[in-house]
Amino acid sequence: MTAKDLPAMSIAELQSLLRRREVSPREVIDALRARIQDVDGEIDAYLSHDFEAAAKEAEKANVDLPLGGVPIAIKDIISVAGEPCTCASKILHGYRAPYDATVIRKLRAAGAIPFGKTNMDEFAMGSSTENSAMKLTRNPWDLSRVPGGSSGGSAAAVAADEAFGGLGTDTGGSIRQPAALSGIVGLKPTYGRVSRFGVVAFASSLDQVGPLTKTVRDSALIMNAIAGHDLQETTSLNEPVPDYSAGLGRDLRGVRLGLAKEYMIEGADPQVKAAIDAAVKHLNSLGADIVDVSLPHTDYATAVYYILATAEASANLARFDGVRYGHRAENPKDLLDHYGRTRGEGFGPEVKRRIILGTYVLSSGYYDAYYLRAQKVRELIRQDFAKAFEKVDALVSPTSPMPAFKFGERTTEPLHMYLADIFTSPANLAGICGISVPCGFADADGRRLPIGLQLLGKALDEARILQIAHAYEKSTDWHKARPPIAAAIHKA
Amino acid sequence: MAKTSDLDVAYVARLARLDLTNAETALFQRQLGDVLRYAEKLCEVDVSHVEAAAHAVPIFNVFREDEPRDWFTAKQALSNAPSQANGLFIVTKVVE
Repeated sequence: MTAKDLPAMSIAELQSLLRRREVSPREVIDALRARIQDVDGEIDAYLSHDFEAAAKEAEKANVDLPLGGVPIAIKDIISVAGEPCTCASKILHGYRAPYDATVIRKLRAAGAIPFGKTNMDEFAMGSSTENSAMKLTRNPWDLSRVPGGSSGGSAAAVAADEAFGGLGTDTGGSIRQPAALSGIVGLKPTYGRVSRFGVVAFASSLDQVGPLTKTVRDSALIMNAIAGHDLQETTSLNEPVPDYSAGLGRDLRGVRLGLAKEYMIEGADPQVKAAIDAAVKHLNSLGADIVDVSLPHTDYATAVYYILATAEASANLARFDGVRYGHRAENPKDLLDHYGRTRGEGFGPEVKRRIILGTYVLSSGYYDAYYLRAQKVRELIRQDFAKAFEKVDALVSPTSPMPAFKFGERTTEPLHMYLADIFTSPANLAGICGISVPCGFADADGRRLPIGLQLLGKALDEARILQIAHAYEKSTDWHKARPPIAAAIHKA
Repeated sequence: MAKTSDLDVAYVARLARLDLTNAETALFQRQLGDVLRYAEKLCEVDVSHVEAAAHAVPIFNVFREDEPRDWFTAKQALSNAPSQANGLFIVTKVVE
């Protein structure tokens, strides 16, 4: 083992080296720094990083803690004290977080070192990271394609071995979809399972923080650190936190997996369909029973999601008024000019579009027609899942209807981009948990593009979907495949 | 459900305190028209017997003890201010 091999390791592998004192936390940071310098010029996953601060933390890291000495990349929507937190928006250019988010405090308490802030769609609005006001992040499997989004920076960093693991946020699929498109594992916890205190709000009834990792075990390790009740957050669930790694390794005998006919949509890529069919057969061969279920309101989820998420966003983003922080327009002639220009100059096109849509659906005369009706259909979607979970332990579906797409392919018509969330946003609307694991590859222009298998679980049943995902991962080799950028650099 | 042609982007932008260029206004008018037409499919759903869900998980008022704690200093709170003086945020003039 040389320092060059370190960044390719999983968190679990890294930890065992650290605990045996075969490598020091400082050597890990240095190896990661070298790796970032090698590959991030091509990937552009990071918006900022502070090597000196991380190295200093590494010197005093306690490697016997659960994540002792493990660097974790952080989506630039989560506050890390003293570091930029731009949400990839011009309106927060130069902003530095005055305090740690609860998830960061918890990561530090578990010994981890928050290291680097990753690129994203501006304010987490998007499915490709192309809406970043800062830069494009490229998919390590094919540099002409997007890494997915909105947590595309964290996903690409982990996939390209320039992060051991990362944190993202998932409002309609923003952890699971980039994980699928980048060939890694992404978990969206149950609504309320992980505190959002210190995380910039996009849609408060949907947002959750969760891990992006190379393996299912690593996902469980990060969940062990970040899950739990937080008095600083009113939607935080006061429920005991299980040991998420305890159930890993159990087999799938007697596990009932639901296959929803509504998820077999026409528009899905045939290679994605084939990979999911094969994965379902494989899960069946491991002992799981496959049960047909129905989620009859699935077809309405995208419409419900874009009404509710934009409505909540329009309210949450009202705080960007150029008074206490962030960009302020120069020489405003009056207060209205101050607000209008500050926000017009600071926000990018997708954020503006969503503020307009959200303001409209909440405005007088349209509230009942759009917002209230969407809330009611949301309740029907929630009931669909509740009924399905009477029959099954978890649901199986593709994470994304297509593998990674090319830059610009879906940006001209926002509705096309919105339909990328079709399999992921229902879980946010219902508040349940979901995970994406690698389950195959699609061939496109002579490149292999990863495909993700999504498992959805009941509220607070993360341990179960981790167990199922782990059984699948352990008996397949998909997660071991490395993107060409990792392989090329490794050979050099 | 209301007619999607009711959407007047320029008017909503004023409500949202968000200046748009003419080009943005025209583009959003068309794009959001498409999104709202897509959303019209919600009219197909019978919601007459459904109560609206504000959150997926039932949430009630949550209180903690009302005790003073160490938190931001004034200096930290002002650390990102676009304009400040004497420990205060300087704001754009509100009254003439």
